[in-house]
Amino acid sequence: MPVRSPAARVGAVPGFVRLIPLPLFLLQPLLDRVVRRLAADLPEVFDRLGRHRTSRFVIDAREMPFVLVLRPDPDRPLFAACPRHREPEHEARVEGRFLDLLGLVDGDRDGDALFFSRDLQITGDTEAVVCLRNALDDVDGSIAERVAAMLGPPGRLALSVLRRAGTGPR
Amino acid sequence: MALALTLGPIPYHWSAEEKRDFYARIADEAPVEVVYVGEVICSKRSPFFDRELPEVIERLERAGKKVVLASLAEVILKRERAMTAALIESPDHEIEINNNAGLFHARGRQHRIGPLINVYNEHTLRFLAARGATHFTLPAELPREAVAVLAAAARDIGVGIEVQVFGRASLALSARCYHARAYGRSKDNCQFVCEEHPDGMPLKTLAGADFLVINGIQTLSAGYVSLVDRIDELRAIGVGHCRLMPQRIDMVGVAAVFAQRIGGAIGPDEAAARLLALDLPAPLANGFWHGVAGERRVAAVP
Amino acid sequence: MNRPAKKRPELVCPAGTPAALRTAVEAGADAVYCGFQNATNARNFPGLNFTPDEMAGAIAHAHAAGTRVLLAVNTFPPAGKFGLWQEAVDLGAELGVDAFILADIGVADYAARVHPGIRRHLSVQAAASSPEAIRYFVEEFGIRRVVLPRILTVGEIRALADEIPCEIETFIFGNHGLMIEGRCSLTNYVTGLSTNMDGVCSPAAEVRYDTGVDGCVSTRLGPHIIDRFAPGEQAGYPTICKGRYFAPARGEAYYAFEEPVSLNLAPLLPELIAAGVDAFKIEGRQRSRAYVRAVVAAFRKAIDATLAGGRPELAELVALTEGQRQTEGAARTKRWR
Repeated sequence: MPVRSPAARVGAVPGFVRLIPLPLFLLQPLLDRVVRRLAADLPEVFDRLGRHRTSRFVIDAREMPFVLVLRPDPDRPLFAACPRHREPEHEARVEGRFLDLLGLVDGDRDGDALFFSRDLQITGDTEAVVCLRNALDDVDGSIAERVAAMLGPPGRLALSVLRRAGTGPR
Repeated sequence: MALALTLGPIPYHWSAEEKRDFYARIADEAPVEVVYVGEVICSKRSPFFDRELPEVIERLERAGKKVVLASLAEVILKRERAMTAALIESPDHEIEINNNAGLFHARGRQHRIGPLINVYNEHTLRFLAARGATHFTLPAELPREAVAVLAAAARDIGVGIEVQVFGRASLALSARCYHARAYGRSKDNCQFVCEEHPDGMPLKTLAGADFLVINGIQTLSAGYVSLVDRIDELRAIGVGHCRLMPQRIDMVGVAAVFAQRIGGAIGPDEAAARLLALDLPAPLANGFWHGVAGERRVAAVP
Repeated sequence: MNRPAKKRPELVCPAGTPAALRTAVEAGADAVYCGFQNATNARNFPGLNFTPDEMAGAIAHAHAAGTRVLLAVNTFPPAGKFGLWQEAVDLGAELGVDAFILADIGVADYAARVHPGIRRHLSVQAAASSPEAIRYFVEEFGIRRVVLPRILTVGEIRALADEIPCEIETFIFGNHGLMIEGRCSLTNYVTGLSTNMDGVCSPAAEVRYDTGVDGCVSTRLGPHIIDRFAPGEQAGYPTICKGRYFAPARGEAYYAFEEPVSLNLAPLLPELIAAGVDAFKIEGRQRSRAYVRAVVAAFRKAIDATLAGGRPELAELVALTEGQRQTEGAARTKRWR
């Protein structure tokens, strides 16, 4: 894969993502809250994950200035934003456009189709990724909306702006 | 229990002359008790050998071999249905069924079940035996543990169990002819291009590894299955017959090695070494027997 | 058998998870098919399928909406492990499934003897492709419906319909498997897990995607590279039968079995209904809710339009297909073979 510098990627960030100009140290408590709340609300997701609860996933939304690290372990959940140059060790890595990834989490997009069209790239433990995808897909409704609701009116506003941006030309 | 050697049907498209010569040598020199004959893979190939078949059968029987007629693996077309129905009417020979269509006709008559019928468990075995099946050659992918349970069930009801011990494993069947496809042709217009590969058409991976072998609608393993160093296990769990699948190599030599091993003249290590000394064009594999990837060769536990 | 024209065929839809099942019901499925979380069904994939509790809830949900639930118990129990398949059948009966989808002779015999009141369908895994094979299963196990292998032309299906005493279900959309189902050990040859016995095909745990310095992505199954995609080139499922290989007659690596394409028989719906097909099956229990929603809704519309005397609108489903390409496979012409 051609290695692009983090700066180059940030340069390609579409305008809507700049709506969340949070520095990482402000973002992190938010992510903590989100993952703990989801772990409490959606126990069936973790049953489906089986042994991959302890797998570490790096989620790379290409337009974001940072990557997300997820360990979907209900007892020790981890959801953190990481600078690209300090990507931690992981079992699996998923890379795609932000809105495609959001669509996956929300059950609006089909993972196989995104893979076939090469919009989704998977490296590392393929089984862990398939398992996570299947587990998330069994959540009725929108996980993004749950998260937005958790964050109150600013969250809802941010989500609706993101989605509007997503319906524009890509 | 005595272990008998058998020779499975020729899977590839050899010319009538080659087949005739092959079976003449088998009749004269190969220490096999049973020979399965007939076209299993492609109904279009059958006419090439139909005329020679009675003579070949007679030749084999004169040499003391028991001859079993094998049925087609795939039955879709009218002629394939007719061939299957006609085979079961054969008055003088036992038949081996390789497609579910054959089960329909064979009910209530004595017949054998081939390795391309899915007999994976003792319940299926007992059901088919109750309908007239007397002998079962098991699917190539069955592991030792399952074969042991099947052999015990077979002993209880008095039917035979046969396991492939040599030759390429049949891995998949399709309606599409991949030989024709490789040459940009369709199955109906194949011009019998499969004849160009008497030991199958090799497929290599992008990394250059020998991987699979194409034989018309059939996909086979690149490696040759060999259980020559597992004969004692086969005997111990109650397998009665060991099947050699014809390859384009010295099959008389192969049969001799297995016969010596079964008879106790040579040990497992020497038998394996003698097989390899026959200058086989493919590596040996026994993974299926051990419940691991079929292409692997698991070393014998001393 | 003389069949009345324009009978209403059933739309049979995949459900890999309870959420997918609810989605299929909402999108207009007449029936859904699903399985338990073990080797008793042919989509034994990580994170997929139903616990007994989930199955009970799913059946209640489906039945409340008038949708039937078909339980896939369509793998082949290896000797010594038959009990797991018995349990699946018994549990399905206890939970009130509308039919079993069966492949193994031993399992079919068990279901017929112990639960004679529950419909039995013959899985595509049983590879029954001739009137004789189908009649064998009908007569021996009281099979009410056969799921036909994806290898027959419409003409062959029409001829078959006249010769067999049971309903016909055909695949209409989804993964286009090239090997005859129930007769393929390719995965076991490479991974040690069997499609027939373990219900897996190219298990994800054995699949790796490696990106080279040239930007090409190599697909590895176990120790073998089975395909490589240039940047931007459409990808397919990481199965051996969709891989590229070298053969003596070919200068370059080629798709020896089939290109990455999906089956889409939407254009043939009127012909298939006229041929006597009783049910149309959408493949894809391993796919997402998004796929189920889009494909089920599209085929609901297409079938209803056909029954109303129109031609089905060609659904915009290409985006969901493997390699972003679709095929009518074997259905249109024998030349496919």
